[in-house]
Order: sequence, then structure tokens, then C-alpha cells
Amino acid sequence: MKRFFGFVKKEFFHIIRDPRTLVILFGIPIVEIMLFGYVITNELKDIPVAVLDKSGDEVTVEIQNKIYSSGFFLRGGNLYSEKEIEKAFRKGHIKQVIVFEADFSEKLEKEGTAHIELITDASDANTASMIVSYTNAIIQDYMSYRNRQLQMPLQINVETRMQYNPELKGSYMFVPGTMALILMLISAMMTSISIAREKELGTMEILLVSPLNPLQIVLGKVAPYFGLSIINAITIVTLGNLVFGVPINGSIVLLMTLVMLFILMALSLGLLISTVAKSQQQAMFLSMFVLMLPTILLSGFIFPIENMPWLLQVLANIMPPKYFIIILKNIMLKGTGFEYVWKETLILIGMTVVFIGLSVKKFKIRLE
Amino acid sequence: MESISIHIDDVSKTYANGEGISNISLSVKRGELVGLIGPDGAGKTTILRIITTLLLADKGMAMVEGFDCHKQYKNVRRIIGYMPGRFSLYQDLTVEENLKFFATIFGTTIEENYELIRPIYSQIEPFKNRRAGALSGGMKQKLALSCSLIHKPSVLILDEPTTGVDAVSRREFWEMLKGIKEKDIAILVSTPYMDEASLCDRVALMQDGKIMQIGTPAHITSQFAHTLYSVKSENMYAILKSLRTYPLVHSVFPFGQKLHLTLKTGDAADAKHFLQTQGFEEVTIEQIVPNIEDCFMELMSSKKTEV
Repeated sequence: MKRFFGFVKKEFFHIIRDPRTLVILFGIPIVEIMLFGYVITNELKDIPVAVLDKSGDEVTVEIQNKIYSSGFFLRGGNLYSEKEIEKAFRKGHIKQVIVFEADFSEKLEKEGTAHIELITDASDANTASMIVSYTNAIIQDYMSYRNRQLQMPLQINVETRMQYNPELKGSYMFVPGTMALILMLISAMMTSISIAREKELGTMEILLVSPLNPLQIVLGKVAPYFGLSIINAITIVTLGNLVFGVPINGSIVLLMTLVMLFILMALSLGLLISTVAKSQQQAMFLSMFVLMLPTILLSGFIFPIENMPWLLQVLANIMPPKYFIIILKNIMLKGTGFEYVWKETLILIGMTVVFIGLSVKKFKIRLE
Repeated sequence: MESISIHIDDVSKTYANGEGISNISLSVKRGELVGLIGPDGAGKTTILRIITTLLLADKGMAMVEGFDCHKQYKNVRRIIGYMPGRFSLYQDLTVEENLKFFATIFGTTIEENYELIRPIYSQIEPFKNRRAGALSGGMKQKLALSCSLIHKPSVLILDEPTTGVDAVSRREFWEMLKGIKEKDIAILVSTPYMDEASLCDRVALMQDGKIMQIGTPAHITSQFAHTLYSVKSENMYAILKSLRTYPLVHSVFPFGQKLHLTLKTGDAADAKHFLQTQGFEEVTIEQIVPNIEDCFMELMSSKKTEV
């Protein structure tokens, strides 16, 4: 045991004395959460929209007012003919043009229907479809408001409620995702690099020719990073809560326990990488390649897994972050208890056991 | 047989690229300092790594203090002190932290074994709060030696400890080894420097994965079959070239400021006469006692002619 603590102490010295390690450990998580929280957001805000109003009556003005006061759209100016539409888009500033047909309110009164044309810049497809659906919703909203005044005999009112994230905030989605990404990267990368460094500098040779057994070396490497990763996780949850208002509706104890489990899983994955990597650089590339891209792309962090081709869905199922993100969302946003995440927890435990087992088995007690 | 500490018998090991060592047998007694001498790539490190349990031999047996280096590697690792060829301490830890760390992982303390390392460690103790990376080459060696001795090993394995170290530190280092040897520790050291051979109790001359000759330095030099002359003159390069055309020459090598020459037949006078006919007037030729390097060159060239 004394040997083990001696080893852990040495690891702490390495971490504390290397400014680069410190920056990676504590700088990156904060920067990353801020980046993901602020930059990569799929909420609409202040989209410039122009109007071609051929009618100019009270109804069209009312609709425009409703659209512009929603907070999603900005006045992008008025157009006066169809020819100007193309030009307005070409300038690149306007994202949508709303065209009201002539005699709008009259038609609405007499025939019961009137047409609005939404022309949207779809060079960014996702944003375009969101703009359209937001605009649509506002117009529908206006219509139902009008209909209520008219006392229509039959009508179906669809009321939607976005459960757990009523305002559809992107940060609700990104905080769990970023947390998975950061913990995965930091834990796995740092352990694999630190073991690879011992190999590269030749100190592993001396460690091997000592009474330390593989388990002591491996655990001694993992322990300090385990502690630091927990600090990281706390930082991320706190930042998410204070800066982006992401709630923690469930039990904090349960949340932290499962966070620790995930960290352990990531660390053991790092160990496994280090048994393969011969140099620090190799370890870093492997961690990046094996961990970062799949975590971002296949974990359901940004792109929904349900929409992927089945092969990628199968792949996504063996990505540990997927389960962690499910757990995080359940506990943080839905506030559910362990009974709803035990399956994911079990999967993570299974993966951890496999990774640790493999690393200890693959740990070379000799040089090649 | 009682006092034999390291014993390897008919050990071979081939790497994927075809290099390796073949049929190496060697033993080191307690309190004996044995040197493995040979150029880079001769297989010195491979032998040391097999003894330190870092590599497995393809064939043959290696034992340290009665423990098999393959099957009982855990026992071997407890009693062995190893200093790899590269400086392998933690550069970001201080001198004292390094020593403490190695003491801890061997389950001991600096105080417990201070007596053994005192002659060495006391020299670098004034710098104990300095990071190991900031030490000079000589001091690094002293620290590495201290670390490899901190657990009172019964066997000390040193892989080219003096490579890249200045001449004064090198001499000091060998003095230290003599001190350690007196504590009844078996020492096996590898070095590419022939001049260090005379400091060993016994030496094994290695080339291309084989031990060419093994014995005390005196024994090896006494085996030198030829009479050795040293040739000194102004224009060494021209003389070397000219002597290589002389049919009576057995071997001639530049050796520092001089040439070392052996002849098939004849004596110094014949050689001098030949050089004079070649137009070299100011030449001194005298008979000298061969050293290990001469023996090494001789062994190497005779091996080449065999092939």
C-alpha cells in the first residue's frame, strides 16, 4: 500500500509541475463548455426577415407585428416587387421573405382562405427548416387567436408542450454532451499519455525491474486522474447550472456516483489505449481518433442516433458516451431516479470491467 | 560455485530484424566486477535485459542468485539493481524525490540504506532540491546509481553508465563501482570504451552478438599472439597508407597519435627499413605491451578473415 501511495504521489508531482497538463486538465473543460454552450446552438435568434406585402391591410400588418415581436426575427426591410426577392437573398443578409398576396384580409373574410408565401434561404438547410417552422407557428398562433374571436363551431386545438426543456434550449442538450466528451477525452487521453511517457522516457524500464506489479502501476496511474476528473465534472455541472441554467432535477448523489463510474470507464479505456501506444504522440492520436470523433458524432450528442443508418446505429450502441448522455439527461433534466437508468449503468459497469481486465492482461511485464 | 551470483548459460535471442545474441555463457561472482565490452550493436544491452528479466531468451538459461530470470522474474526483480543505458529518472522530480520514490517502490527508505549510497549520494546531496533534469551528466549518473542501489540489491546491472559522461566523472564513477563491489555485490557493466576494461576484474569482449573472449584483462592481453609495435612519425596518414601496402604487415591501426603495428615475420628494423625506402625518414618504432583494444582489434580482424 505504501508503494502505491508513493506512486500516486509521484504522479501528482508530474501533473502539478507540467503547465501543459494543467492547462489541458482545467482549461479545456471550461473553454469547451463555454464554446459548446454559446457557439454551437440551434436556437433561432434575430434572423433578418423581409416582407413583400402586396395587400398592406390590418391583418397583414398584425401578422408582421406578431412575427417581428417574437424575438426570433428582425425586420429586414420591405420589398415592393417579386424581382427584389432574388436580389435581397443575393445580398446574403436576408434569410426569409414573407409574401402576402394582394387583398389578403378581404380574401380571408370572404373565401375563408388567404395565402402567405414563405421563401427561405435554404443554403443552410437546418436553419431554413427551423425558420419556416417558427414562422408557421407564429402564423398559426395568430389564426387560432382570430378564430377564437369568431367563435368557430368546430375546432381542434393542438397544444404542444416541450417536456423537460420547455424553451427548447440548446444548452440543455449540450451540457450533458460536453460533459461526456470532456470526461472521456481528459480521462482517457491523460492516462494514456502519462503511461506512454514512461515508455518513451525509459522510466518504464526501471518500473518494470522493480517489485511493483502491473496492477499497482496501472492503479497508481489512474488514481490521480480519477480525482482530477471528478473536480472537472463538478466544474462542468456547476458552470452549466450557473451560466446556462441547466437544472439538476434528480439526485446529486446519484448523478455524481454515475459520473464517477463514467470517469472510471474512460480511465480504463485510456489504459487500454496506452497498452497499444508506444509514444505520447501515438497515445494522443489514438485517443483523439478513437474517442473524440465517435463521442461527438455517434453518441447522440449532436445528431440523433435514431436517424442514422443501421450500421452506424449498431456502432453507436457500443459507444460508452451514448449511455452516459442518456443517464445525464434522465437525472439532470427529467429528474428520474436510479430505476430508470439502471440498464445504462449496468452497461457502463460491464464496459469498465472489460477494459480494466483487458489492460491488466495486455500490460507488458517485459519489454517487447 | 557458492559465490556465483549471475549465471547465464548458452543464451540466444534473435530479434525480428535478424540481429541478436547467440550462445552467450557468462557468470559473475559476488563482489566481482565484470565488463561487457564491445561496440554499439554487439548485443551488450540484450544480455543485460535478459538478466534484468526485461527480455526473454529464445534459448538457454539465465539465473540471478539462484532465481530463474524467466520463471522467477518476480524474485529477481526484488534483488536486482538496474541502471538502463538512457538516463531513466524523472526529470521533473527533484533529486531527493527521485531517490525517495525508488526507495518507496522497493519498500524501503533512504535512511535505512543510506550507508550503502552515502559515498555516492553525499556528492549530490547539496543539490537535493534541484530537479533531476537540471543536473549535469555526471551528477545524473550519480543519482541514477544511487537510485539503483537504494534497495541494497545483491546484483547491480549497469548499461553503458559512462557513455556521454566527461572523463573526470567517468573515473570517479569507476571508483564508486569499486566501492560497491567491496560490499559483496556482483556488478555487470557494459561499456563501449576499451580503456575501461582494465578497471574490471574480468571482461567479455563482444562483437556481433557473440562473446569473442572472456577473462581477466591481464589474461586477455597475455593471449595476444604477436609482437606489437607503436609507430610514431610526422605524417601519420601517409605512413598508414604506405604500411598497408607492406606485404609483411599483419595489421596496422591508427591509435590516438600513433599507429599500432603487428608483423607476420620480421621485426621493427625491417619495418623501419621499408618505411625509409618509402621516403619516411623521421620514424620511431618501438615495441609496446598490448592493451585490450589491441586484443579486440586482433580478434575482430581474425574473425573477419575466418568469414
